[in-house]
Amino acid sequence: MKGYRKYFLNKLGWYGVTLVCAFILNFILPRLMPGDPVSAIVSRLAQGMTNTAGVQAIYQQYAELFGTNRPMLEQFFLYIRNVAQGDFGFSFSQYPRTVADVIRSSILWTVALQFPAIIVGWLIGNTLGALAAYLKGGFDKLLMPVSIFISNFPAFGMAVILMVIFGVNLKWFPTSGGYGFDLIPSFTWDFIWSVIVHYQLPFWSIVLIAIGGQAIGMRSMSIYELNADYVKYARFMGIKDRKIVGYVFRNAMLPQITGLALSIGTMVGGALVAEIIFSYPGLGSTILTAVLGQDYPLISATTLIITMMVLSANFLIEILYGFIDPRIKATQSD
Amino acid sequence: MKHTLRQVFRSGKFVFGFCIFAAILLVVTIYPLIIPDSPLAIIGQGTFFPPGIYVNVYDSLSSPPYTLNLDEAAAKRIASRLNEEDRTAIQEWLVAAGLPEAEIDPADTRKLLDQWLNNYDPKKNIPGMTNARRNYFIRLNNSLQGLLSTEGAIIAVRNPETASLEEKSAVNQSDYVNINQVANVRLLPLGTDNFGRDVLTELVKATAVSLQIGMVAGLIATLIGLTFGLLAGYVGGLVDDFITFLTNLFIVIPTFVLLILISFSIGQEQRGAFVIATVIGLTAWPWTARAVRSQVISLRNRDHVNLSKLSGHSLFHIILTDILPYIASYVVMALILQISSGILTEAGLSIIGLGPKTTEVPTLGLMMNWAMIYQAQILGKWWAYLPVLVTIALITFSMNLMNTGLDQVFNPALRE
Repeated sequence: MKGYRKYFLNKLGWYGVTLVCAFILNFILPRLMPGDPVSAIVSRLAQGMTNTAGVQAIYQQYAELFGTNRPMLEQFFLYIRNVAQGDFGFSFSQYPRTVADVIRSSILWTVALQFPAIIVGWLIGNTLGALAAYLKGGFDKLLMPVSIFISNFPAFGMAVILMVIFGVNLKWFPTSGGYGFDLIPSFTWDFIWSVIVHYQLPFWSIVLIAIGGQAIGMRSMSIYELNADYVKYARFMGIKDRKIVGYVFRNAMLPQITGLALSIGTMVGGALVAEIIFSYPGLGSTILTAVLGQDYPLISATTLIITMMVLSANFLIEILYGFIDPRIKATQSD
Repeated sequence: MKHTLRQVFRSGKFVFGFCIFAAILLVVTIYPLIIPDSPLAIIGQGTFFPPGIYVNVYDSLSSPPYTLNLDEAAAKRIASRLNEEDRTAIQEWLVAAGLPEAEIDPADTRKLLDQWLNNYDPKKNIPGMTNARRNYFIRLNNSLQGLLSTEGAIIAVRNPETASLEEKSAVNQSDYVNINQVANVRLLPLGTDNFGRDVLTELVKATAVSLQIGMVAGLIATLIGLTFGLLAGYVGGLVDDFITFLTNLFIVIPTFVLLILISFSIGQEQRGAFVIATVIGLTAWPWTARAVRSQVISLRNRDHVNLSKLSGHSLFHIILTDILPYIASYVVMALILQISSGILTEAGLSIIGLGPKTTEVPTLGLMMNWAMIYQAQILGKWWAYLPVLVTIALITFSMNLMNTGLDQVFNPALRE
């Protein structure tokens, strides 16, 4: 257990540092640009908003909140304090809602959509990849080109295709939104059913994209393991095929778990775009409205939240990996 | 070198991918030479004209008419004018009027029309029918009567003095013009987009720009990744620690988030296609750096490298002559993947409205973005988004095939 604790603390420290760096980047990148953000924002706002009192109020509040006339370091600590209190200021494009409020209403949709979709896609992809490696022949010949093609297909492309086929032409599923536009969120069967129906297309488009990439990776890992010496040795020993296959896939699985940790950021990026295509009320659509409305505080907060989500998902996977891979324990207890 | 190339071109996958890619490049280079139109010129007034040949109506009137007596002409004319809604309405009326439902087939135009003409009576009162609906049937009947007439149309011009219409010529129903004799005919193979621009011309230009973006982004990413990887792998020590830290950091922080922050900060006016390409390149290097580093580490203690070191060659020289050639194939593969992911990234970025500014050049992502904003997919205007998707898929697919082919050539473990 001591080995695990060391591993855990090690990872925790590393992710803590990463989070701090991501936080600093989130703070610095928008401020690296010439001119102070507040005046830039106000000049942008002047084009879009009609509510002058609102603009003025936001300007005041924002300048005060972020203290743009103070030195950079002080601004940074102000920023930390505000974020720690969950105070991201007002949203420009959806005034008088606060950024925290906007994010609170969309984050659940994104988590409920992307987390299961990525896990399901990963599981199906790995199963298919392993089967292709084990069965070879026709199944492999069919699955591989399809997987390669799908994994190269842009995430939004898959979303559009699914939407046109199942939403527009077959009319099986609605094409946009998270629930029927005539419903008010509540715990009624109507509403829950509507949510489930609206969930399908975004879900499967993310799953399909994840399947392709994972299947390819798992296939080559499994082929590599199937040709390893220990497999040949086990065969000579007369161990049953089923048992060998079990070992092989356990070993092939390990790099796939790390692979998931590494690619989760990319997947989330693609899934956010898929959300936009389906106008799903998650963080992806929030980013879109924020970009269209030049809503700087909202973008800043959303990107920070997404980064934190991806980092914690990564952290969880690595911790899980520590328990699964016996080598981790071995190296740590040295 | 020659041997390597021959080996590479023996790989079926590589050749296939290469052919697709070469074909795309060929089209992109040749098309603008043949059709030098500006890709962003707005030619259509209105949105989403369907693909087809557009014949100038005015010019076709002054072209010499030819009389062709074709049997099916009248039926076709009526069939094309009777839309789905009218057909079901006719069926509904006939059923309500007491005709057996089994005898009515809305798809059979001639029979349907015969039944309509024989049975329709505007005075007939059908229970439960609103007045508006009754008027609709009267209008429908009138337009059908007009369709069925065998007389032609008269072309009249307004006399500038008396302001009265004077007959100039008549067009018979059996008149045809030869499309080659009409002065103005425009072929729009993929119709027009939401702004009324020729989609094909735009698509070709967009493909060219997107390929350039991918190329620039890929080169930048590979160059940075290669430099970092070589330094980290070969020099080791503190440099390695630092670069590895940086690499791991940027692998974990979602690239997409960085791209959003940077592109938004740059601002709409400053975001040219090449700025976006540079930004994508600057955020995509960690994968290459990590892979190159591990390759270099496995090479570092080979005999020929040690020998070179003992001979007193400089660091630069050793890296250039003793390490780089061994990882060259790997770097090329990484470059190919970087280019294709650069194209995808640009498209994703454009969809959320943070792509290159919209006034200069089209890119594949921008075309997709425009199609999505104008809901081409819901309106069924497939020509606005499908060709774009197919192009993106073809580019990335061909590049990945080339990559897989190269992998099989250079990585003996993967050979079948």
